[in-house]
Amino acid sequence: MAASGCFGYGVEYADAVDLASIGAVVSKGLFIKERSGHPPQRIVETPSGMLNAIGLQGIGVHRYIKEKLPELRRLGATNVINICGSTLDEYVELARILSDAEGVHALEINISCPNIKEGGITFGCSLHGTFDVVSAIKKVTRLPVIPKLTPNVTDVASIAKAAEDAGADAVSLVNTFLAMAIDVETRRPKLSNIVGGLSGPAIRPIAVRMVYECRRAVKIPIIGMGGIANATDALEFMIAGATAVQVGTANFVDPFIWSKLLDGMTDYLRRHRIERIADLVGSVDTSAREKQWISS
Amino acid sequence: MPVDVEARVIRNTRLSPDYNVITLAAPEIADATAPGQFVMVKPGRCGDPLLRRPFSVFEVLREHGRVTGLTLLSKRIGVTTSMLFDAVEGDTISCLGPLGKPFELVEPPVQAWMVAGGVGLAPFATLGEALVARGTKTTLFYGARSGKELFYLDWFASRGIDLILATEDGTQGDKGRITLPLERELQRAGSADVMVYACGPEPMLEAVAHVAEKYGRPSQVSVERVMGCGMGGCYSCVIPVKDAGGGQHYVRSCIGGPVFKGAELVWN
Repeated sequence: MAASGCFGYGVEYADAVDLASIGAVVSKGLFIKERSGHPPQRIVETPSGMLNAIGLQGIGVHRYIKEKLPELRRLGATNVINICGSTLDEYVELARILSDAEGVHALEINISCPNIKEGGITFGCSLHGTFDVVSAIKKVTRLPVIPKLTPNVTDVASIAKAAEDAGADAVSLVNTFLAMAIDVETRRPKLSNIVGGLSGPAIRPIAVRMVYECRRAVKIPIIGMGGIANATDALEFMIAGATAVQVGTANFVDPFIWSKLLDGMTDYLRRHRIERIADLVGSVDTSAREKQWISS
Repeated sequence: MPVDVEARVIRNTRLSPDYNVITLAAPEIADATAPGQFVMVKPGRCGDPLLRRPFSVFEVLREHGRVTGLTLLSKRIGVTTSMLFDAVEGDTISCLGPLGKPFELVEPPVQAWMVAGGVGLAPFATLGEALVARGTKTTLFYGARSGKELFYLDWFASRGIDLILATEDGTQGDKGRITLPLERELQRAGSADVMVYACGPEPMLEAVAHVAEKYGRPSQVSVERVMGCGMGGCYSCVIPVKDAGGGQHYVRSCIGGPVFKGAELVWN
């Protein structure tokens, strides 16, 4: 799946990628209204990663339904809509509006964006907030509801459990890590928003650990992400416990990554004589290793 | 449709201690490139730098009528440009393109005035060739810090493009900014139809757009913002554009640009 905020609305990539060939296109985070986002500078590179503070620039749900969704349907995309609200009511309203739209397959609930002041992550950082948002949305929609979790918490597994208890159909994790970069010459933050979210290969081991912890805490499917840049990385998340994976930052580097991922994963399954990729999910072997040799 | 090519370095010519022109075997991209379009470049597969960087296509190379590759004009300022400066023949550089909205070309009797600042010369080789091919009278206003940083003057002259130069230290052409001779020539231009094209540092683009507007001439400017993907995915490279209602909104310069009308941008 293409991760939210890393693939525009999907239509931008229609020339380069067969959108029907990827698991799903997760839309850029949508509010009810249009948003202008933060002023530049909005991204900065860090070792094996990048910080972003885009500020959820977006066209709003109504324009999305009118201008983007028909094209995405025509292209055969599976559309997961990432929704963001400042209040509980806004999330509910968005879920209602999108439930009536043709061509929406699931809702990803953004309770984890680190770059906006209001709402969002404040829900995702507490057990009650997560539970309340998910259960309120579940009451008004039949669409699968997938809260996207923030890693900026002490115990992500307990948040995943709160989401499951509230009726979530799956959880996706992780969103970006709150981070900061400073230009030492000018002593100014490199991002206009001062802080931003870290993504890319730099965060992958932490994200894998979090997926592993959530796998042990919940029964609902986990969609894993965080720095996946090739088939090996994707498989690592699945072995840790992810049923599906999303790719974000790596798509910026290589918009043609999708077929390479599929080929690499298919080759792995053949090599290991695994018939269904589902058999791989959560298959990490943590049993004590037998000693290979005895040192003197 | 953009393509991603693992392009072999055919040649790397150092023009100065900072500037180089690198020749890449990416004929698929070169052949499809319109003047003003860019490529996203990544030397090496490592994580630092992780992201690609945007470069205007400088020249489209042809041999016996066939397109063989493209060149990039680069100034060494960061990690990627240092790697491009140090690259040697046989290296491969990942090159994605062509991307972005090209310049709109003008035809006679409209004249074309291309205004370049420093490494902002890059899009004007292909633009100049396309304009000259249409019979458009074309002039290059080219400014740099010193005469040592004015490159490819013979290249442009040999294609019938008039040159007007300015250097900050006065070693060649007018002493000062390139807007100095630009304004002087606009004063002299009478009623001639002129399209002003500009590429360079943003303060220069702003000055050029204002001077053009002052003399009632349209302008097209090629901007460079911090770009993450070049495809419209990341929303990093936005630039404020005027609304019909008097407000402004952010437009992604990778797909809404990099070429904009000078009059539509909101300058800081």
